[in-house]
Amino acid sequence: MSTKDFVTGMDSNARKAPRRVAFITRRTSAQVKAVDEETLQTFPEVLFRAAVAIEVMAIGLVTMALLFNAPLEGIADPSHTPNPAKAPWYFLGLQEMLHYFPPVVAGVLVPGLVVMALVVIPYFNINIEAEGLFLKDRERRLRIFYIVTGALVLFLVVFRVFVALVPTLIVAAFMILAAQSSPQSPSAFRRYLASKPLSYWIMSWFLFELVVLTAIGTFFRGPGWSWVWPWRS
Amino acid sequence: MAKTVDQYFDDLRDTRVWRSIFRSGTGSSTLKRSLAIQQNVFLHLFATKVRRRMLSFSATWYLGTLTLGTFLMLVVTGILLMLYYHPSVPQAYADTKDLQFVVSSGLFLRNLHRWSAHAMVFLVFAHMFKVFYRGAYRPPREFNWVIGIVLLLVTLLLSYTGYLLPWDQLAYWAITVGSNIASAVPVFGDKIHFMLLGGNLVNANALLRFYVLHCMILPLAAIFFIAIHFWRIRKDGGLYAHQSEPSTLTKTTLAKEAQ
Ligand code: HEM
Repeated sequence: MSTKDFVTGMDSNARKAPRRVAFITRRTSAQVKAVDEETLQTFPEVLFRAAVAIEVMAIGLVTMALLFNAPLEGIADPSHTPNPAKAPWYFLGLQEMLHYFPPVVAGVLVPGLVVMALVVIPYFNINIEAEGLFLKDRERRLRIFYIVTGALVLFLVVFRVFVALVPTLIVAAFMILAAQSSPQSPSAFRRYLASKPLSYWIMSWFLFELVVLTAIGTFFRGPGWSWVWPWRS
Repeated sequence: MAKTVDQYFDDLRDTRVWRSIFRSGTGSSTLKRSLAIQQNVFLHLFATKVRRRMLSFSATWYLGTLTLGTFLMLVVTGILLMLYYHPSVPQAYADTKDLQFVVSSGLFLRNLHRWSAHAMVFLVFAHMFKVFYRGAYRPPREFNWVIGIVLLLVTLLLSYTGYLLPWDQLAYWAITVGSNIASAVPVFGDKIHFMLLGGNLVNANALLRFYVLHCMILPLAAIFFIAIHFWRIRKDGGLYAHQSEPSTLTKTTLAKEAQ
């Protein structure tokens, strides 16, 4: 790029190439670093691609609707509780937690905290800069990591939540590997791990737990919320 | 010489009636194509131009677009289902049975609505994680991320309220299990539970409330927030372009750099 502070351009043919013009008032220093990228017109190119993507998905869903029927059981009967009574699949992670913790914790506190945590992600500079977790201040951060993970593991063991413990330990193992890696590591995978920020680890842990708990609630829980093997029934 | 389809289409677009409806008029110049977006109340939510690399599959996996696609399909199939459905006990169950066995294509409609609903919940989660791992929540997109969370919750509520409507055993007990969680909220739990169901148990009042939420309030909320979501993408300068994603520079930039 040129080293000029401020570059603006107007095509001589404004009818053909509409452009934005920036007006910069006096006494504001303008440092415009615009990278002029190749663009496409939304109409028709982008809309066409979106339509094709939706079309392909629609074909898939229509095929599914022709092949598989939506479930319909007997009429609602308040006097006959099915066992187990399951929520829709996307809530089965929550229902699995209700099995271990009182409803205030599993049904209110945890989902509330999850939503709050998701909302605040973009408001923390640490998530904006998103530097590798252990690249700076390694000793101290590793110490905090061990304390927090230790407390979490202890908590899960005390409440015997082994289904949530396993993903936690796996993510922790990767984090320890990340702490032993650096941007100079010979392996590309370890360089990748070393570059990952705190939010990446927390989110991946959350995603992992979400998938595991939902899968267990859906496939591995039978009467009385007891453990069943889906292939043995 | 015979006219091509394109020319017939251009003729159509030149008619007085067409021009009275679509303000942009004919022509395929860049200007006209920009106007096609800017002069349309729905399309003006979008930018007139999009960076080419943001359209590659790897940039978004088209997950947001597909979420919108499922939503549109749900609106269409949902309205058709509403033509046959009464939100009352026990008529709701009888209507669902009729859709299943009597109404022509009723079974197909219901299946499509059901599977699209599952797909939408899945896609909205997938879209959120994809946006997160791209780091696309960064300023100035913070608030659009928050709008996204609102859309996630609206989607879950839409799916959840719809789950009760067939009024079968599956529906009844899933909603009973779910709504009991509301009672666990400290202090106001029972009040919230009562307000949600219009009673202390899942009954005819609950069905009516869930119907109103599912067919009226929540879809309107979804449309409202989706509109803001799209408009914010334009205002925030288009989709987030990560440095590591290869950019295709235009010839003019390359020429400038060469100097
Ligand atoms: C009904 C639900 C939703 C619809 C229809 C929707 C639709 C879209 C579409 C079409 C895009 C354009 C790019 C793409 O396809 O990824 C987009 C971008 C975006 N979405 Fe969503 N979305 C929804 C929910 C969410 C959720 C749950 C989040 C996150 C919590 C979210 C956050 C974002 C952000 C931050 C962008 C901008 C990404 C960028 O600048 O690259 N959206 N959305």
